[in-house]
Amino acid sequence: MTARVSRRSSLLTGVLLLPASLWYLLLLVAPIIIVVVFSFGNSGATGGYAGGFTTKNYGELVARNIDPFLTSLRLSVVGTILCLLVGLPLAYYIATRAGKRKGFFIVLLVIPFWTSFLIRTYAWLTILGPEGLAGFIGGLIGDDSWRVLGTEWAVQLGLVYGYLPLMVFPLYVTLERMDRSLVEASKDLGAGRWATFRQITLPIALPGVITGSILVFIPMIGEYVIPNILGYGRVFTVGSALVLRFLEARDWPQGSAQAVVLVAIMLISVTFYVWFINRGRRTRDVSML
Amino acid sequence: MTASAPSAPPLVASRDLPRGKRPARDRGGVAVELWLRSHTWLVYAFLYLPIVVVVVFSFNENSRVTNWTNFSFKWYEFVLNSKEIQRNLLNSLIVGVATAIVSTIVGTMAALGIQRAPKWFRLPFDALTYVSLIVPEIVIALSTLVFFAVTIGKGGLISNLTGTEIGLGYHTIVGALSVFNISLVLLLVQARLSNMDRTHIEASFDLYGTPWRTFWQITFPQLLPAVVAGFLLSFTFAFDDYIITSFVHGTNQTTIPLYVFGALRKGVNPSTNAVAALMLFITLAILLVGQFLLSRQARRAGTAGPAGVAGMIVEQQGG
Repeated sequence: MTARVSRRSSLLTGVLLLPASLWYLLLLVAPIIIVVVFSFGNSGATGGYAGGFTTKNYGELVARNIDPFLTSLRLSVVGTILCLLVGLPLAYYIATRAGKRKGFFIVLLVIPFWTSFLIRTYAWLTILGPEGLAGFIGGLIGDDSWRVLGTEWAVQLGLVYGYLPLMVFPLYVTLERMDRSLVEASKDLGAGRWATFRQITLPIALPGVITGSILVFIPMIGEYVIPNILGYGRVFTVGSALVLRFLEARDWPQGSAQAVVLVAIMLISVTFYVWFINRGRRTRDVSML
Repeated sequence: MTASAPSAPPLVASRDLPRGKRPARDRGGVAVELWLRSHTWLVYAFLYLPIVVVVVFSFNENSRVTNWTNFSFKWYEFVLNSKEIQRNLLNSLIVGVATAIVSTIVGTMAALGIQRAPKWFRLPFDALTYVSLIVPEIVIALSTLVFFAVTIGKGGLISNLTGTEIGLGYHTIVGALSVFNISLVLLLVQARLSNMDRTHIEASFDLYGTPWRTFWQITFPQLLPAVVAGFLLSFTFAFDDYIITSFVHGTNQTTIPLYVFGALRKGVNPSTNAVAALMLFITLAILLVGQFLLSRQARRAGTAGPAGVAGMIVEQQGG
C-alpha cells in the first residue's frame, strides 16, 4: 500500500517537473552548450560554424575585441555605484520616514518598473535631444553643437534610470525590517549621526546592498537596448559587439567566445562581490564603496 | 563599538548634554531631514519626468514633437487606424498572452513539484533556475537563435530528418521568452508556498479530503495571488520584450516594441509618442487590474499580506 502510494507520488512529482525541465534543457542548456562548443571552433568560409577545436577565438577576443568589454564594465560599475548612492537615501526615507504613506511611495516605485522598459528609455530622446536639455546647455555654454545623445553620459543616465527601482526594492525591504531601537540606543550612547549610520544602519542594510547591486549590475553589463537608443549605437558595448559578430559578420565562433566571456565575467564579478562584502563584514570594515 | 572610533563623542546621552550644545545638533538633524525629503522628491521627479513627457507630447497637434501648439487626439487616430500598427499590436498581445499562459502553468507546476523532489534533482534544477535569471537576455537571444538555426532552421538537424522546415514564428518567440518567465513564476509561487499555513492542509486530510480536492480547495486559493502576479508580470515582460523577440521572430511576427525600435531610426515623431503612450496605458492597466484583484482577494481571505502585485514584487526582490 505505502509502496504504491509513494510510487504514485513520485510519478506526480515527475509529471509536475517534466515541462520545466524540458524547457530548461532544450532552450537554456542546449543553446549554452552549443555556444560554448562554437567558441572553440573555426568559422566557415561564408560565416557560421565549421567544426574543429581551437582557442584562437579567445586569443582574437583579447587582442582585438576587448574594448566593448571594458566599456560595458565601466558603465555597469559606475551605474551600480550611482544607483546605490541615489537609492539608499530614497529607500531609507521610505522605510523610516514615510509612515502611513509607505505603500503609496512603493506603488510609485513599482509603476516605472512595471511600465515598458523600451518606452522609458525612448522617452529620454526628447528630453536629452537638441530641443531639450542639450540645446539648453549648449545655449548656456555658447556651443550649439553640444550634444548628450550618442555619448556615454546619455547611456550612463539611461542605465541608472532604467534599473534604479531594482536597487531600491531590496534596500527598502532590509531597512524596513530594521529595529529602530538600535538607532535610538546608538544615539543615547552618544554616537553622532554619521557614526550611527556607519555602524548601525549600514551593516543592517548590507544584505539589501548586496542583492540590489547584483540585481542592477547583471542586467547593466549585458544591456543592449539603452546603448543603442541613447548612445545611437556609437557607445559600443558588449551587447552591440555580440549582435555585430553574430548577425552582421556571421562570425559565430568569435561571437560565441564573446558570449562565453560575458557570462564568465558576470559570474566571477558577482562571486567576487559577495565574497568581498562578506570579508569586509567579518573584519567590521563596512565601508563598501 | 562607539568607544573604539577615534572621533566618538563621550558616552553621554544626548538629552543629558549641556543646553548650549543641543541647538547645533538639532540644526544638523533638520538639515538631514530636509535633504532626505528633497532627495526623495527629486528622485520621483526623475523617475516620472520621461513618462510625463511622452504622454503629454503624444497629445500635441504639431508634427514637430517639442513644438506645442494644440491638444489633439489626431496621432491616436492615426496610430489606431494604421494597419501595420494594428497587426503589430495584435502580435504583441498574442505573444504576451501565450507566454503568460505557458509560463504560469509550467512555472506553477514546477514550484509544486520541486518541493517534493529528491535532493539530487533539486540542486541542479535550482541552479538552472538562477542561471536562467542571470544570463543576459542578449546571450539567451543569440544562443536560442543559433539553437533554432541548427535544429529547425534551413538545413538544420530536425529539418533534414523530417524533411520539413519549421522555421521561426510565434512558437520560437514564446519558447525563448518562457525560459526567463517560467523561472520568475516559479520563484513567486515558491515564496508563497514556503509562507503557507499548513494547518488547513492537515485539517483537510484529517477530514478525509482527497489530495486532489485538498489541492484545489485549500492549496490553490492560497497560491492564487502569486499565480496571478506571475501571469501578469510575464505578460508584461513578453508584451514589452524587444531583444529576444527581435532575434527569434519570423517575418510575420513583428511586435510593437520592434515597431517602436524601428521607428526610432527615423527619429522621434508624435505618432511614435502615441504608440509609446498606448503601450504605457496597456501595461499600467494590467498593473491596476492585478492590484485590484489581489487586494480584493487578500481582503476576502482576511490576510494582511503584501499589498497586491506591488508588495509581492518588492518582497520578492528583497528576499
